[in-house]
Amino acid sequence: MPPSRYGVNEESKSIWVYLEQEEGILENVSLEMLSKGREMADLLKWKLVGLLLGSGVGPLALEAIARGADEVRVADHPLLAQFTIEGHGLVVFDAVMQGKPSIFLLGATLNGRDLAGRLAVRFRTGLNADCTNLHMDEKDGLLVSEVSGFGGGVVAMIEMHNHRPQMATVRPGVFEMREPDITRKGDIINIPVELKPEQIKTRILERVRSGVVDLTRVPVLVVGGRGVNGDFVILKKLADLLGGDVGATRPPVDAGHIERERQIGQTGVVSSPKVALCCGLSGAFHLLVGIEKADVVVSINTDPDAPIFEFSDYYIVGDVGQYLPALIQTLQSQREASHA
Amino acid sequence: MPELRIVVCVKVVPKSEEIRVDYATKLLDRSNARSEINPPDMNALEIALGVKDRYGGRVDIISMGPPYFEPWLRVGLAMGCDHIYLLSDRAFGGADTLATTYTLARGIEKSGGVDLIICGEESADGATGQVPAGLAEWLNISQLTLLTEISLDLERRVATGRRSLKGGYEILEAPLPCLVSAKTAGNEPRFMDFKRKNWAYETERVTIWNAADLKADPDHIGLKGSPTTVSELASMPVRERKRKQVDGNFQSAVEELVSIIRGAL
Repeated sequence: MPPSRYGVNEESKSIWVYLEQEEGILENVSLEMLSKGREMADLLKWKLVGLLLGSGVGPLALEAIARGADEVRVADHPLLAQFTIEGHGLVVFDAVMQGKPSIFLLGATLNGRDLAGRLAVRFRTGLNADCTNLHMDEKDGLLVSEVSGFGGGVVAMIEMHNHRPQMATVRPGVFEMREPDITRKGDIINIPVELKPEQIKTRILERVRSGVVDLTRVPVLVVGGRGVNGDFVILKKLADLLGGDVGATRPPVDAGHIERERQIGQTGVVSSPKVALCCGLSGAFHLLVGIEKADVVVSINTDPDAPIFEFSDYYIVGDVGQYLPALIQTLQSQREASHA
Repeated sequence: MPELRIVVCVKVVPKSEEIRVDYATKLLDRSNARSEINPPDMNALEIALGVKDRYGGRVDIISMGPPYFEPWLRVGLAMGCDHIYLLSDRAFGGADTLATTYTLARGIEKSGGVDLIICGEESADGATGQVPAGLAEWLNISQLTLLTEISLDLERRVATGRRSLKGGYEILEAPLPCLVSAKTAGNEPRFMDFKRKNWAYETERVTIWNAADLKADPDHIGLKGSPTTVSELASMPVRERKRKQVDGNFQSAVEELVSIIRGAL
């Protein structure tokens, strides 16, 4: 097998986390990787390093230290103001070749996946994509990445012995975020950037961002399946009353009843709500991955044999078309009573 | 100007709705599942054929997989594609992303000059979504990912695409040749053209290449070219739940449900 650009003998005993930021705010998944990375680095007595790219992003380095990094390497350059695969790719490649980390983690976001996919080939190394968990093998410093297979019913543990860096993209929402500790000390190292405009081939002509849906941390997640017959208005009403938000299984998304950003499960969002209320969904494995982290799972389905009941704390055999309006009415009258 | 050439990367996967889960062993049973073109690749085919409708040119399919892929790939010919290149060799088996993208890149290079390469966002079975970017890197070309629409300026030789973002979109431009990934469900794939159907199942416009045909470095392909190893397979850890049925009359069940939810917040 062809070797990677640098090998096990040349690696530095460090875990690097790519710190993705959008308009001066660190992505949650970057903070989640810092928390998990801190835990793994402590176990091995390794160094946790954040890699931060952008324009005018210096202050974020302090946040990364407060969130667990020992060191933050900052590449600050006007040509890095917006993500381009060429600009970010070149700078990250050079930084990693300089630091030769044993492990390099990126968020499985849109840009994180693009970057990781290209860089893994450039390093001639392997990439474990969209990991749902990470473990460290204490003896040999091997990263064991957990990825879920077809439909999420099976998990595979993947490792890489001879190639470096050990790269993985981490699915947003699977790790806890530690609270910032502003007394933490760390080093900030500025990386010289020599980018020329002609090296960047991609041009961003227009960029529109409206409300970003983030279902990873809502307190109540009301999930609708085929059985809600496309009526997500009533689910939204219920979710609003509970201070939560709405998600869906794949069929209603495919049918165009609700945005794809709200798809829960294997190919969608992994959510960690206090309560997941499952409405009219059967409970396929690829969905269960998305609600596995819920504190309490409640489900309503007309089919007494619905598999979802096996994975629920409480369930009702009944029609969501009857129960949801009744739940809404009860919550509304309770609210009026408390306001009276 | 030479004819525009588009290559679409297509994989054949077992139909996900026909895969049964054995709830006792929590393992997947694919034995009764029929095959189909990986659904996200149908969106890639639609983008490619849309470009052909608008600008002319040809659309070829490339796929890495066993010989049984062939009849399924012919669906693409019936939809409007011109030729199939199937990269098939036992030595390609067990490939991870690095080896897969290397092999596809060798196949695309051998098939001739190309202006656009279009992939689905991810495969339904692997779901890593890392092939498009890795392939662009091997070929050293630009990339535009997660597009729902694309247009070309053949004078300036650039592609312009609309890329889905979380809660928005961006319009990007990149030079040709360019690798594009299609946003899953970002378009409505066309049906087979019934006038082409018979031709599609009989035509000899199918080329099968093995590792030697590609002059592939044996160290770069299949299991041997894959740096990652699966150390363990396990069923998904499922958290034990209480599994308590809330019954009784309708109104009391509703009230119990409300107090359960409130109690958990």
